[in-house]
Amino acid sequence: MSHTPSPIDSLRDILRPDQIVTEKVDTIPYACDGTAMLREVPEVVVFPDSTEQVVALVRWASRTGTPLVTRGSGSGLSGGSVPSKGCVVLCLLKLNKIHELDAGNLTLLCDTGCITQSIADAAEAAGLFYPPDPSSLKISTIGGNIANNSGGLRGLKYGVTRNYVMGLEVVLASGEVVWMGNKCVKDVAGYSLKDLFIGSEGTLGIITKVLLRLIPKPAARRTLLASFNRIEDAAETVTDIIAAKIIPCTLEFLDQTTMRCVEDFARIGLPTDAGALLLMETDGPASVVDEEARLMSEIARRHSALNVVAAADEHEAVRLATARRSAFSALARIKPTTVLEDVTVPRSALAVMVRSVEDIARRHNLVIANFGHMGDGNLHPTILTDERNEEEIKRVHAAMHEIFAKAVELGGTITGEHGVGLAKKAEMKLQFSDSSIALHQTLKQAMDPQGILNPGKIFSPAK
Amino acid sequence: MSAHLKQLDGDLLQQCMHCGLCLPTCPTYMETGMERHSPRGRISLIRAVHSGELPVGESFGDEMYQCLGCLACVTACPAGVQYGPMFEAARADIEASGALDHPERKFWRWLTLRQIFSHPWQLHLVARLIRFSQVTRLDILFRKTGLLGLLHPKLAALEPQTPRISKKFSDQLIAPKESPSTPHRKVGMLTGCIQDIAFADINRDTVDVLLAAGCEVMTPRDQGCCGSLHAHNGDLESARRIACRLMDLFPLEQVDAIISNAGGCGSHLRHFSGLFPEDSELRKKAELWDSKIRDVHEWLVEIDFKPPAATHPERTTYHDSCHLCHGQKVSAQPRALLQSLLDGNLVNLPEASLCCGSAGIYSITHPEEAERLGRRKVEKILSTEADCVAVANPGCHLQIQRGLEAAGSSVRVRHPVSILAEACRQSSTKAEVATP
Repeated sequence: MSHTPSPIDSLRDILRPDQIVTEKVDTIPYACDGTAMLREVPEVVVFPDSTEQVVALVRWASRTGTPLVTRGSGSGLSGGSVPSKGCVVLCLLKLNKIHELDAGNLTLLCDTGCITQSIADAAEAAGLFYPPDPSSLKISTIGGNIANNSGGLRGLKYGVTRNYVMGLEVVLASGEVVWMGNKCVKDVAGYSLKDLFIGSEGTLGIITKVLLRLIPKPAARRTLLASFNRIEDAAETVTDIIAAKIIPCTLEFLDQTTMRCVEDFARIGLPTDAGALLLMETDGPASVVDEEARLMSEIARRHSALNVVAAADEHEAVRLATARRSAFSALARIKPTTVLEDVTVPRSALAVMVRSVEDIARRHNLVIANFGHMGDGNLHPTILTDERNEEEIKRVHAAMHEIFAKAVELGGTITGEHGVGLAKKAEMKLQFSDSSIALHQTLKQAMDPQGILNPGKIFSPAK
Repeated sequence: MSAHLKQLDGDLLQQCMHCGLCLPTCPTYMETGMERHSPRGRISLIRAVHSGELPVGESFGDEMYQCLGCLACVTACPAGVQYGPMFEAARADIEASGALDHPERKFWRWLTLRQIFSHPWQLHLVARLIRFSQVTRLDILFRKTGLLGLLHPKLAALEPQTPRISKKFSDQLIAPKESPSTPHRKVGMLTGCIQDIAFADINRDTVDVLLAAGCEVMTPRDQGCCGSLHAHNGDLESARRIACRLMDLFPLEQVDAIISNAGGCGSHLRHFSGLFPEDSELRKKAELWDSKIRDVHEWLVEIDFKPPAATHPERTTYHDSCHLCHGQKVSAQPRALLQSLLDGNLVNLPEASLCCGSAGIYSITHPEEAERLGRRKVEKILSTEADCVAVANPGCHLQIQRGLEAAGSSVRVRHPVSILAEACRQSSTKAEVATP
């Protein structure tokens, strides 16, 4: 690695003065993303507004051997965009144009700094639908969603971000720009390289543009809220709904702790005495959703639901979903530090996993709230703690490790939708064999030999 | 160095888990997309000051004064982070450290915070002088001749922001005690400062509505500013002094509620207890005071007041004052009252709870940013095609009125209680005609 005498000064040849910040008052706010207990103040944050500027920045980083940490809105939940020592943070928020909505081919082409909600809104305005809806969609960037292959509340029926990416423009570590994909539904030419970058957490290239797949907007939607005494009853309701060949777009559950926090914030009249809550949503043609809603409510009652109510209108349905999206942050009402996980297991193992989390919490004497996407087996056990209490944090780490191990044992994954980043890096070996990790390392080495792109995230380089 | 921030409970700072859900609601972040201009970013700076990583310097000072203090982030925050006390403590530290000190700034702060807005008689005197210049058209002469500019360029720039001063102030329009024929409740009435000198008629309207709602109204004389201006601008010492004075003016034990009709004031008024140390006598008194404070709309809904229907309802839209909606969580009540009053003529205002840029004295300290927000607000109001915009805070009232005038619009700005009072008067005239 060669260092120019003052690498930061040479950045000023690439960017306008208003695109570079170096003062502490400007950089301290970029020390964190949405993840607890991870913090590193960067020396420099830059705001490129074109692919050309990103290319120039990557070439500069390669020349000076400076690590680049790409960031969107910093709402990530695994520390993927937390700065590494001596890095330059590359914030893509100014790269935020929607270039084209092609209603004939059902695609949308945009820059990756676009906010997810703005894409959903643009699709909706054309009578179309962009389904992936991570809870942070009002602020997350589509680039961050792609880099982490984000999920959301609609994963069960509609899949995750990967299922909607048809093409990507990526700036490689060499500074070359490559375009992968097109508007064709079928395309088998060459390796499916774009898929390599989805979920790569900024370690293989910098994604600057995306071609997204849209679908027609479902004509109708019904939202139901069922309350139960026991989480197991909610889990069995979910199993039976799927067994009845119904694929609802949303099957979200909240345990009592989570429900109380959400109610405390949103004041929407949730039944806080119940042990568990199931938010169910079905969409599609009006006649179908009415029938499905009726069946779902019947199944819930069969599993001792205390109550099943339907949202009166679209407005109330949106309020319920928005309240659910606040769950993670609302839990911070109880304790100063909230450690959120996103272990995912095959649906059939859900009830076992929920019970294991409760058991682990008891054994380590911790408060672990639980909520998540019951339809797709994606849980969000959230440990409520205080990072200033060193002794408790030790128990938190031990409990987290056990939760990860249990999920993998049940045939699941350590992360369903948040990514590995720094937070789950140490747990990769639970899920991957040495040769699988070596394959990761080989790919990284081939694509970023200098190790300048988000180094140290997901896994460490080969020794 | 950071005495006020250091005194803050560490849990308060720790509460923010930097999830970012506040970002899309913050007017300054919307404008720049820079983290430091966001609630989460500002809290990270406050934390850095708290831990000694960042000094209370000029750039921290500038940032904390760049914040509008609109508290939209508090409404957005699922974690329940209390940004208000952090923001006030940060500004108090900035003032204590002298990070932004400048002889001219010091002079204006002394003149406004420590003199005019600390002593009701001074405010009245200044208001009378302004009123005199407005009535005699001297203000136009000053403007045309550039006389104020000679005195100080800032004065010339600020002069158009001067509110139209009322002919009579609240004490001349409202008796110390007014009773309805059969009083059911007893309330105290806060007359405010700007409301008192520029919108005394709104205070009169408020009393009229309270009387119609069966409340006996006590209005102590010479009330003056409630101290919110001081608390929001880093002068907690004055805020404390003013709070003590105000609490002494009202017979706390005797009234069911103390009514505020200004969003910005109410938000501060109901948190007096936070100004005093725990377990002190003053704290206890302030807690009683806090428990009695009600926004007028909140109170009317609480006592189940049913407004009469307006005889000639105008197409009206409602703008949320930040500190009424985000600071006091009162947003449904004014709408409910207007709804029943206007019978289908209340139309939804897009971005109703986004700051209009007035934000206390923000329009004076940051005129460009304030004007951008003002223009945005006016555009949304015009998009509703309403004839009237209802606003329950004097700062917003002036800012929106100015913006509408600049846009050449004839949309009227009114306080919801003025619309209510008008309907009450019309209905009582009707009743008198019906039962002679």
